[in-house]
Amino acid sequence: MDNAIFSEYEGLLPKKLIEEIKQKAQKGISKKQLKAILDDCVEEVKKASAQSGEAIGLVTAESISEPATQMTLDTFHYAGVSEMNVTVGLPRLIEIFDARKNLKTPSMEIYLKDKKKLSNKEVERIAAKIKALRFGDIVQEFKIDIANYKITASLNKEELDNADMTASDVIALLRKKTKIAKFSKGKNDEIIVDVEMKKDKGPNELFRIRERLEELIIAGIKGIKHVLPVVRQDEDGNKEVVMLTSGSNLKEVLKFDFVDKTRTISNDIFEVEAVLGIEAARQKIIDEVKGVLDEQGIDIDIRHIMLVADTMCLTGEIRGITRYGIIKGKQGVLASASFETPIRHFTNATLSGAKDHLSSVIENVMLNQPAPVGTGLPKVRYVGIINKEE
Amino acid sequence: MTDVFVNGNFAGKVDNAEEFVEEVRAKRRKGTLSSEVNIAYDDEIDAVFVESSSGRLRRPLIVVKDGKPLLTKEHLEKLKNKEMGWEELVKKGIIEYLDANEEENALVAFYEEELTPEHTHLEIAPIAMLGLCGSLVPFCNYSPGARISIGAKNQKQSIGVYMINYHNRMDMDVSILNYPQKPIVRTDMNEISGSDKHPIGQNFVVAISSYEGYTIEDAVIFNRASIDRGLARSTYYRPLIAEEMRYAGGLSDKIEIPDKEVKGYRSETDYRFLEDDGIVYTEAKMHEENVVIGRTSPPRFLSSTDEYNFVSEERRESSMLLKHGEEGIVDNVFITENEEGHKLVEVKMRQPMIPEVGDKFTSKHGQKGIIGMIVPPEDLPFSNSGIIPDMITSAHGIPSRMTFSHLMELIGGKVGALAGRFIDGTPFDNEKIEDLREELKSLGFRDTGVETFYNPKTGEEMEMRIFVGNIYYMRLRHLVANKIHARARGPIQLLTRQPTEGRAKQGGLKLGEMEKDTIVAHGASMVLNERFNADSVKLPVCEKCGMFAMYDRYKNIHVCPNCGENIDVSYVEISYAFKLFSDELRAMGINTRFGLRDKF
Repeated sequence: MDNAIFSEYEGLLPKKLIEEIKQKAQKGISKKQLKAILDDCVEEVKKASAQSGEAIGLVTAESISEPATQMTLDTFHYAGVSEMNVTVGLPRLIEIFDARKNLKTPSMEIYLKDKKKLSNKEVERIAAKIKALRFGDIVQEFKIDIANYKITASLNKEELDNADMTASDVIALLRKKTKIAKFSKGKNDEIIVDVEMKKDKGPNELFRIRERLEELIIAGIKGIKHVLPVVRQDEDGNKEVVMLTSGSNLKEVLKFDFVDKTRTISNDIFEVEAVLGIEAARQKIIDEVKGVLDEQGIDIDIRHIMLVADTMCLTGEIRGITRYGIIKGKQGVLASASFETPIRHFTNATLSGAKDHLSSVIENVMLNQPAPVGTGLPKVRYVGIINKEE
Repeated sequence: MTDVFVNGNFAGKVDNAEEFVEEVRAKRRKGTLSSEVNIAYDDEIDAVFVESSSGRLRRPLIVVKDGKPLLTKEHLEKLKNKEMGWEELVKKGIIEYLDANEEENALVAFYEEELTPEHTHLEIAPIAMLGLCGSLVPFCNYSPGARISIGAKNQKQSIGVYMINYHNRMDMDVSILNYPQKPIVRTDMNEISGSDKHPIGQNFVVAISSYEGYTIEDAVIFNRASIDRGLARSTYYRPLIAEEMRYAGGLSDKIEIPDKEVKGYRSETDYRFLEDDGIVYTEAKMHEENVVIGRTSPPRFLSSTDEYNFVSEERRESSMLLKHGEEGIVDNVFITENEEGHKLVEVKMRQPMIPEVGDKFTSKHGQKGIIGMIVPPEDLPFSNSGIIPDMITSAHGIPSRMTFSHLMELIGGKVGALAGRFIDGTPFDNEKIEDLREELKSLGFRDTGVETFYNPKTGEEMEMRIFVGNIYYMRLRHLVANKIHARARGPIQLLTRQPTEGRAKQGGLKLGEMEKDTIVAHGASMVLNERFNADSVKLPVCEKCGMFAMYDRYKNIHVCPNCGENIDVSYVEISYAFKLFSDELRAMGINTRFGLRDKF
């Protein structure tokens, strides 16, 4: 195949399309035929692309919000276990578009490098490494000795076995993580906590220390409350264990060796942006929105969602579709005032003596002027007589 | 020791709670305690609750002792002969009312055969578990509950005879059905509630079939001849009320034919229906803008300068007249006095309402629809026996809603109409549908209710049999004549110069924000501009400072409040609402200026 023809069409056709035609074109095809095909493609691409003056933003808004009105409001979806409840449906959609920082249900999908079928025990051990383990979780009972400033923590044997630890391991971990007290081993899996304290603080301090110890994370990753191993099957029938978590900490999870760093992802867009960058965040917005819509059986052209994601990410940081986000970036005073909190917008405009150039649709509807969209966009300008001979 | 609470307040303790409760109940049945007292023992929290407060929901039940109801055959006999009444049964402790709390202590049997020694009460009838409107729906135990509650609600909107003395009443916005009928398929509640004296509909001959697509989305086809014979015809009544108000200074309104010198005098033809006392005569056919009650009022403002002049004789016209689009016949005139002693004139207008396309109809089973087409009888299919249905409804409304009771009433109505008797459709105690079908067969019809019909246009026999029968249909109060509205040009609001809102003010039809968005999405910029130009004005703007200038007609010059007289102005076409808005901003101390440049 000669590449000369294809290079002619660079710029006219998307790169991906040229590649596809290159691959799929029959071998004995003549130059003339190939050219005809490519010309046809150029024509189709022209037809498919939006024309200048088309209100793509508004069409996007309508295309997303009309089916969204039909979505079942609070759908509860439990992935097998009630603790693994993930926000879906309209609440999740609002969460994404508003670019909320604190998600209702942050979660992760952790893929493993080792694709072989793992035994249950191995899976459990990996899960235990990821899941945050509070000291309080493995302690059965705290006994507080006020007279001697001592706390005795008797450990839960079962939980200890689950975590694959012994009492001495726990003591070693405690010593590493905190210096508020001295730890020593008692009999029967008991840990004695010696508190060195100034006497003026009183016995209340003992209780405070107990609470701090309870919340102390001795193993696993902070923020990950639950881990649920799930077996997934891909199209070819290959089974693979995936760890679903409630709670998210992408940065720490990616430090593990056994984690597949190329596929592991969090549903927290801000976390994805911080760890993987804005392009990843943009893709994550698209994926998440598409996921929510697919679940409800709603089919929206992917380019609408891409436009929203692009708009949210175009400054290099994520901005939600709120008055603090992309509306803030609107130029006109009247346009932004017509969205939310008009008084504040007018106050600010007054203080700076703002100008409104009537550049978008709303202002022109307000002033009853032709709006610069569609047929209202083209204008005639007189530039003088052009001398053809020159 | 068990705590005892009376109306929610702690009252004391008793040793044996169950004995105490029984004792109180025995006293209530004997009549020493009021029958309105309810007592319940909650063994879970070990407490006794005595209630005598108002606002509790209570229901009557027959008291059962040792597995035998206290209500005996002798009692029933006495009740039949009217020797005994309900009150006596309650007084004697044969029937008692339980509230929600005491119900928890009771074991209630549905039927007498089910009684065991453990039972404490017996239902009077299964129909008692339904409300008034619900128990009026025949065979309703065969339909989904959601449909029956819709049907029960619809009955409340029906046009019937809402009050027998409606002729002497002055109710707003009411209708009376001209030829009301009792339903053929009845429930016990029809007799108990007295609904026979206040019928709410008529027995229609209904065929379930399609008709040229005009039955789409629950619409129904009506027979023109049936309407002409008075089917579902109703009369709409509305009063017009005028008061002779008295004001400070000895002035007062006067009900009279206004003099020509009166301010705001309407044309003479508008007053032509008034008699000498300023009130219309009965049976006058009135149209819009006609004066019904003539009235004049004293001048609105009495300024102090008037004290030295003669009291201004210029009275204002303040007659009551029919509004735009209203018409009717004067039914009755009442002249009376109100609480303050002012003369009060009320004129009752009557308007016949003939069913038309868009009027709403429903059966009692939540099968509502509006008229889609009115067809002359010669174009409607006729049956073997020559019956032409009053109404045709679509079959598509039946399977998804599963209203079996609707179909059963249809068959029941057919049997009743043919056999000349009423059919008992009381929920849970109805006549068996098998028997009804058998009877239908013996009357010479197919037991399924279908009949052979003939195509009205060709005379050929139709291939499909059509399900046809009699069913009680109601006309609902949502009449097209009271709702229809359109406007091209019309009144505008004073403040914003935008069209008024609502049918009563001949308002414009709103194109809202989302509707606007669809026009933008099409890129139809000029359509958008044109649709919103109702309040468009051309205003002079000072080219120097960009503020609104004024045109001085005497001097034929433009004046800018900022730059004075020697200015250049440009006329700008703008919506008046925005001009008003920038004026409001200026009133708050925020200046707004227009930067002018060529449009293209």
